[in-house]
Amino acid sequence: MSAETHPSVREPLRRPAGLAGFASDWASDQRTFKNVSWGKAMMWIFLLSDTFVFGCFLIAYMSARMSTAVPWPNPSEVFALHIGGADVPLILIAIMTFVLITSSGTMAMAVNYGYRHDRKKTALLMVITALFGATFVGMQAFEWTKLITEGVRPWGNPWGAPQFGSTFFMITGFHGTHVTIGVIFLLIIARKVWRGDFETGKRGFFTSRKGQYEIVEITGLYWHFVDLVWVFIFAFFYLW
Amino acid sequence: MAETTAHTDTIPQAASQAPAQEHQQHPIGLYLVVWLLLFVLSTFSYLVDYVGLQGYLRWSLILIFMLLKAGLIVAIFMHMAWERLALIYAILLPPLLVLVFVALMVSESHYVLLSRLTFFGAAP
Repeated sequence: MSAETHPSVREPLRRPAGLAGFASDWASDQRTFKNVSWGKAMMWIFLLSDTFVFGCFLIAYMSARMSTAVPWPNPSEVFALHIGGADVPLILIAIMTFVLITSSGTMAMAVNYGYRHDRKKTALLMVITALFGATFVGMQAFEWTKLITEGVRPWGNPWGAPQFGSTFFMITGFHGTHVTIGVIFLLIIARKVWRGDFETGKRGFFTSRKGQYEIVEITGLYWHFVDLVWVFIFAFFYLW
Repeated sequence: MAETTAHTDTIPQAASQAPAQEHQQHPIGLYLVVWLLLFVLSTFSYLVDYVGLQGYLRWSLILIFMLLKAGLIVAIFMHMAWERLALIYAILLPPLLVLVFVALMVSESHYVLLSRLTFFGAAP
């Protein structure tokens, strides 16, 4: 019935797969991303631009570290915590990594329950994700406080190359800002899911359009990207 | 109960409004497996530092674990594995150009270091 009134429903069947599909999608003189909504496509394009931002930060860090004639502070020692009478290297950073990965897992499940129209589980999982994100930011604030009391400044530190402080504060600060924005977005969308805005077709927030559960997946894309950036920061700044 | 009947009323409407979009619906078990893998890989990359490996072994292990984690997040959590090639190439190919920038700046950094050592001595 609906297939006859809406011819576009049968459209997916006509799309070629693989490289032929890639060529026909881009050459179709219509929308390029056939089965992806504008919201999701634009979030991906935003994330691509954000990739370049973080890419530039990490390249700046690489250049500073490679070109300095002074030894670079050993991150394994700088970020060690004194637990139980011994210095455990990087332990806080490891815990932060696990917290962020866990939040990514709960987010992926929230997307799944969203498409099943399970409002309570979706909202609950999104709030849990936001709580893990807030925990991450809290631990980062602790880490910043610890380093600042030890004398790390953007223009110098007690252990070596002065660029260490500036790159550290810029990269982790920018990432922490992203996490904070993600937490705020998660809470806003979780509230709307809980209230049932996407069932009743209520208009509002950002676009004044009727929302769908796809916004949960789009928020999820942003959140996973924040986790993705942390993977690179963890590898290049803390471990290298 | 009244709530569930309200759901079934709205689903066909929502489906007919957006027929061109396909939902990314995958089993929860898959997410849990990826989650576990990410945990294991993170533990491995932490152990690289904890054990104290150095040199090329350290760097290659860090890169391998990093790329595996990034691949899992993008492919499964962000659903890239199920998207059409038009989107995959549009998003994943441009970041490769960052590698050109990296190559440029590696060359530049060598030059800056050489200049510093030549004109300012071993340590400024």
